[in-house]
Amino acid sequence: MTSLQMPKVEKSIISNKDKIVLDIGKITKKENILFHEDEVKPYETDALAAYRQAPLLVVLPETVSEVSSILKYCNENKIKVVPRGAGTGLSGGALPLEDCVLLAMGKFNKILELDYKNRCVVAQPCVTNLAITNAVKDKNFYYAPDPSSQIACSIGGNVAENSGGVHSLKYGATTNNLLGIEVVLMDGTVIRFGGKTMDSEGYDFLGLMTGSEGLLGVITEVTVKILKTPEVAKAALVGFSSIDDAGNCVSQIIAQGCIPAGMEIMDKALTKATNDFSKAGYPTDAEAMMIVEFDGTEHEVENYIKIIKKIAEKNNSSSLKISKSNEERLKFWAGRKAAFPACGVLAPDYMCMDGSIPRGKLAEVLKEITRLSKKYDLPVANAFHAGDGNLHPLIMFNANDPVSLRKTEEFGAEILKYCVKVGGALTGEHGVGIEKRELMCEAFNNTDIQQQLTIKIALDPNSLLNPGKVYPILRKCAEEGRVHVHGGKTKFPDIPRF
Amino acid sequence: MYMEEKQNSQIFQDFSQSIFKPKTVEEISSIIKECYKKNIPLEISCLKTKKKIGRNFQAEKTLDLSNYSGIIEYKPEELYIKVKAGTSLKEIISELDKHNQQFAFEPTDFGPLFSGSNNEGSIGGVVACNFAGPRRFKVGSVRDHLLGFQGINGKGEVIKSGGTVVKNVTGYDLSKILSGSFGTLTVLTEISVKVLPKPESNKTLVIDNPHLLKALDYLSLALSSSSDPSGGVFYPEYFRNYFTFNDLTVGGPITAIRIEGSSNSIDHRIKKLCKELEIQSNDISILEPEQSNIFWEKTRSLQVFSELKNNLLRIVVPPSESFEVLNKIKVYEPKYFIDWGGNLIWLQLDNINQKILREIKEIVKIASGYVTAIKIEENLKASIDVFTIDPIKYKLTEKLKKVLIQKEY
Repeated sequence: MTSLQMPKVEKSIISNKDKIVLDIGKITKKENILFHEDEVKPYETDALAAYRQAPLLVVLPETVSEVSSILKYCNENKIKVVPRGAGTGLSGGALPLEDCVLLAMGKFNKILELDYKNRCVVAQPCVTNLAITNAVKDKNFYYAPDPSSQIACSIGGNVAENSGGVHSLKYGATTNNLLGIEVVLMDGTVIRFGGKTMDSEGYDFLGLMTGSEGLLGVITEVTVKILKTPEVAKAALVGFSSIDDAGNCVSQIIAQGCIPAGMEIMDKALTKATNDFSKAGYPTDAEAMMIVEFDGTEHEVENYIKIIKKIAEKNNSSSLKISKSNEERLKFWAGRKAAFPACGVLAPDYMCMDGSIPRGKLAEVLKEITRLSKKYDLPVANAFHAGDGNLHPLIMFNANDPVSLRKTEEFGAEILKYCVKVGGALTGEHGVGIEKRELMCEAFNNTDIQQQLTIKIALDPNSLLNPGKVYPILRKCAEEGRVHVHGGKTKFPDIPRF
Repeated sequence: MYMEEKQNSQIFQDFSQSIFKPKTVEEISSIIKECYKKNIPLEISCLKTKKKIGRNFQAEKTLDLSNYSGIIEYKPEELYIKVKAGTSLKEIISELDKHNQQFAFEPTDFGPLFSGSNNEGSIGGVVACNFAGPRRFKVGSVRDHLLGFQGINGKGEVIKSGGTVVKNVTGYDLSKILSGSFGTLTVLTEISVKVLPKPESNKTLVIDNPHLLKALDYLSLALSSSSDPSGGVFYPEYFRNYFTFNDLTVGGPITAIRIEGSSNSIDHRIKKLCKELEIQSNDISILEPEQSNIFWEKTRSLQVFSELKNNLLRIVVPPSESFEVLNKIKVYEPKYFIDWGGNLIWLQLDNINQKILREIKEIVKIASGYVTAIKIEENLKASIDVFTIDPIKYKLTEKLKKVLIQKEY
């Protein structure tokens, strides 16, 4: 495990383990508590696999009242709690602590209500993102945010991380598609924010909880809005002979007043790797490739395609292919969605970054990444949600070589700092977690961070809920920042990722 | 601009005045620091378009942000505009118009209701109150379009959150907590808002139908349709005379559904929608773009209440509950219209007292909704409960307020 300071381990809690198991055994069934070394081992990491720490014990509660009682008990006994959904998070938000109770929400896996009249779905937090769409698709509805881990990631985790996906430019991230939640606070208070109405009165706690990375409460129920599937969706594959041209094309599409449903760019290295991997029919000779998708009515989509063709030509596109069927459209995406696993053939390890930048700075930031790649002598492949300026550079390295790992970390931190410098953000959708924790001072000054910490303290005065995440423990900003994947093996290697 | 500001900045020395009109962040901060030190309540005000909402309010000092205005940065191709909080919507919108862009959330204009003429106020007020217009169900509320802010907390410290990019999950999303906080947590100073291209065109399908129940049915079907409407209202017959259009051939109560997009797709979608709603061509009128624009402008600015003397409640409920709620409220003889495709009821009551208001709140609460007292007659203003907040949430509200204003209050 790469060194990163975590909250002080309370030895007295660890030595009190047997009693804690007994006490929690009075709240939930004994078989819902895992405490043997072999039982807790599978929970030692999330999808940020470079960091591992087995928890003191794992509890799998079955009801909201159990969650409430467990939190109340832990609060009264000053025991740290780390909540966990499906464990697909890329920033280490669900990394356990040595002296923590890991609250695994896996048993909250039921869809509670399909309410077509109010166009929403009520679900327990560990229902997967895709399961929501699957539950309503026979009535031609869907849930818009689609993080690439949507087969496995949980809706509660999506709320905690404010997850995005390829469609966020047009349809927003989780926070814009969420109507209500039920949350249990660290003191055991069960509370509902929002519901089936639009907006709510008083302070927007729903908005505050969304993206708070499990630091403010444990989500026990989620109500999301569902949308009607658009009449038609078509995608175009466009090749460019330079990354500058691709970047300019993105800006001009937006400037033209078009809001695509999705707009992605990959560089040559990644285009080739993904095409070899999934045979998506990509233009492998192009320096950059763009996938752009429009949805709406037939007329509308045709209109947009005409505009895209014109803008692409103006920007020296080397090839352009429009999907002729829905199958072909999905094939275009299949390649993109397999981009991360495909990377496994390029190097033994890669680290995935998640910066966000103004669209117009795309070419500039790419040039800087290329410069840094030479400086650190490490190859990099690039995938972007170009439509909303969210970058996912993948740095290739060899984890068995400590020098290579250190260089990679420095490289990654420099990329993220550059994102902030050009007016962007440290993280677009993966969250801060532990991964970007030490970089928070790049984005915020001390007053900003202290103000945010006061909110944490107001809701969790003893800092027991998911401590050590998001905010630096010491106000010293070291250079950290990584998603470490060894040998192309992510936590769920078969899941396509962005 | 920032440097210049710093040079011109005059930190407020004279604290005897009751209304401050600062021009710089430093001035705003120094005023708040002084109030913090001396324990003086401070009212935040600007163009005063929403001042009359709810109770009367009087603080010892007023922070008037109308001189703290101006566009800081507008990047049409990046889809955002960054402005000072006191900038009027009018100024911002005229700038957005030049680039054929808009605020998609089309904020409610309370001008006609409170002052008899259109006035949307300042961007700070729009964000602080979070009242979104007819497009709400499609594009979200004001809070969904706020990308980031800079503000001054109760202690006078400059704080910020978010930025200008659409995807940003760095730290707690304080932009959300400030939207709709009515200036009770932080004085907003700089605001970055998402802007979007204006739709190429729009038309409105107006259906002649006498029954509320049928209207709610139409709205529900329309909102669940892939024809993707961006507005859905029902006006009972008594408001009919506010809508005299050449294109409007039908009489009586009206259900209106707005369709926006490229010109050629609009006709196709309206045709499709008529089929889905099973309506005959003699029951409908189509408002062409110009008249359609006027229709929605009137809706957004609550024109039907422009002569309202008494009380206006804003009721938000799940759409499936609207009919039942209105049915129960009928005994109080209200006038109303329905917006947000069935999610929002604007309710006019000529006679109101504490008891009636309590009963209405109870009805709405049972339906999982909430009531905001927007306009209340003078004799009730001092005592009315403007909002509906449950006790547990209230406790949290107090905690949050304490950490942002950094003081017991």
